[in-house]
Amino acid sequence: MASILSVQNVNKRFGGLKALDEVNLEIEPGTVHAIIGPNGAGKSTLLNCFVGRLTPDVGTVTFEGHSLIRLAPHEINQLGVSRVFQTPEIFGDLTLLENVMIPYFAKRDGAFSLNAWKPMAGQNDVRGKAEEMLADVGLGEKHAMVANSLSRGDKRRLELAMCLVQQPKLLLLDEPTAGMARADTNNTIDLLKTIASRGITMVVIEHDMHVVFSLADKISVLAQGYVIAEGAPNDIKGDPRVQEVYLGGAEI
Amino acid sequence: MLRSNGSCRSYILQPFGAGYPDLLQKFAIFGIFAIGFNILFGLTGYLSFGHAAFLGIGSYTAVWTFKLLSMNPLPAVLLATLLGGLFAALIGFISLRRTGIYFSILTLAFAQMSYNLAYSVLTPITNGETGLQLRQADPRVLDVAFGRDYGAVLPSSDLFGIGMTGYPGFYFCAAVLILCFYISMRIFRSPFGMMLRAVKSIQNRMNYTGLNTRPYALAAFVISGMYAGLAGGLLAVTDPLAGAERMQWTASGEVVLMTILGGTGTLLGPVIGAGAIKYFENIFSAFNESILLNTFNFLPETLQHAVVSIASLFVGEGWYLTLGALFMVIVIFLPGGLMEGVRRIGLVVKRKFGVGQDDNPPAPAE
Repeated sequence: MASILSVQNVNKRFGGLKALDEVNLEIEPGTVHAIIGPNGAGKSTLLNCFVGRLTPDVGTVTFEGHSLIRLAPHEINQLGVSRVFQTPEIFGDLTLLENVMIPYFAKRDGAFSLNAWKPMAGQNDVRGKAEEMLADVGLGEKHAMVANSLSRGDKRRLELAMCLVQQPKLLLLDEPTAGMARADTNNTIDLLKTIASRGITMVVIEHDMHVVFSLADKISVLAQGYVIAEGAPNDIKGDPRVQEVYLGGAEI
Repeated sequence: MLRSNGSCRSYILQPFGAGYPDLLQKFAIFGIFAIGFNILFGLTGYLSFGHAAFLGIGSYTAVWTFKLLSMNPLPAVLLATLLGGLFAALIGFISLRRTGIYFSILTLAFAQMSYNLAYSVLTPITNGETGLQLRQADPRVLDVAFGRDYGAVLPSSDLFGIGMTGYPGFYFCAAVLILCFYISMRIFRSPFGMMLRAVKSIQNRMNYTGLNTRPYALAAFVISGMYAGLAGGLLAVTDPLAGAERMQWTASGEVVLMTILGGTGTLLGPVIGAGAIKYFENIFSAFNESILLNTFNFLPETLQHAVVSIASLFVGEGWYLTLGALFMVIVIFLPGGLMEGVRRIGLVVKRKFGVGQDDNPPAPAE
């Protein structure tokens, strides 16, 4: 199957530090692909190369045949790539409903639209979509609240809803369960499983092995900027190199 | 409405005696200026410190339109709006490359440059220190084409025969104010307005949501520049001369104060803030020592002189001291401005009399 996101020979240096070294990665459509690795392995750097925050020194990143190199973040999003941040980034002063309507407008009307004369009150279809999406992630009853008043777990759900309302072709998640209690983590796993079952391709960066092994179809292990192993979860579990580098030789 | 507190001492009303319509004109004009400023500052959070440049540009444009085309206020106001927008597009394009304090300083620098240019280098256009004035010998091609002859007197602006001074001038400004308020209301309640609030909230998220923040901020900047140009044009309509001091940074600061005093990001706040500042300016700057002596003559003489010498610091030329104190009180005790005060009073009244038993917290004032 042709891959939806193709990363070839990507190198990135920060001064003397080699953050990414000849990284190759193929993300297949409809799969959940996890990128794991110890701190400083280059996971976040790699993700930032997908979304336009960083430009690789060498190498190509191609999404559905479009090169993503030197595209601005909003252009990459308009191609169908949505991103969830490690610390939820939401429109804190706005209501939940507005938070979800904004990405919908972005998807519908493009990167800029001088839609200054139509009242919001008339946007019932958009409102309906946003309400539906909020209900989907379990925030339906809170739609009139201001986003800043949410708990951290709810903020993450909101951010997910903001991404999903755009019906992205590729969803990038940067540690979606970081800092969550066990129960919250399990809820998030269930939510992400539901999303995956709808056929949305996902790339997940995660520390929590429990999350990785319950979600991923395929795992790439990154260490010191290299991809040291790649394969199905069971292969990765048994791979001695992974245990050596990532887990310090301990059994998973 | 403002007359109803007429029972108090006569000098409070003095500004309303001779200069009543002039003051009302100022309420309307600076209301427009502040409404426009609020579209930028209130919605996107970009604090421009150079909006007086557009006010000045509007005034110069209007006076030149009077000189070259016609004494009718409509073309003057229209061109002032357009030129205000044009200059805002130029200055905004460059200034919006930065955010926060750097943006503020860039706009301040541009405005001070405009002021200095108007004062010196551009004297052929601005008439420098003296200010741009009408002359009897001005061409006024449109007026000539329509056979309008002002005779040997210096013409003043008129709308198809209605003079633009005094009350008619105020009605004209008020009509424009209402139109401007309506447009601002539409913007506030539109998807575009929501995007501008998103710019204020978190730009990074917007970018990763597929929205290009730069044109949104620039559009808000241009719209507010057009409002400023329009206000400057109206200043020239009601009093046809334009001087460089209109572009000075104090004038830019004044509109910031008006907006914050009234309530940043609220619809009505800037109008109230503009009215309040212009009203108090009129009262306090009209005081002088003899009026103060009169006021406090019920006190024993030594005390009277002590009180007067302290109070006189805050009036007349010193009125900005009063403004500063007032501003501090508002920012510390009512960060949401006068509109928040109104809302709080409303809440208290509601609680006391149990009107409207809804348990929903009140929506933030628009």
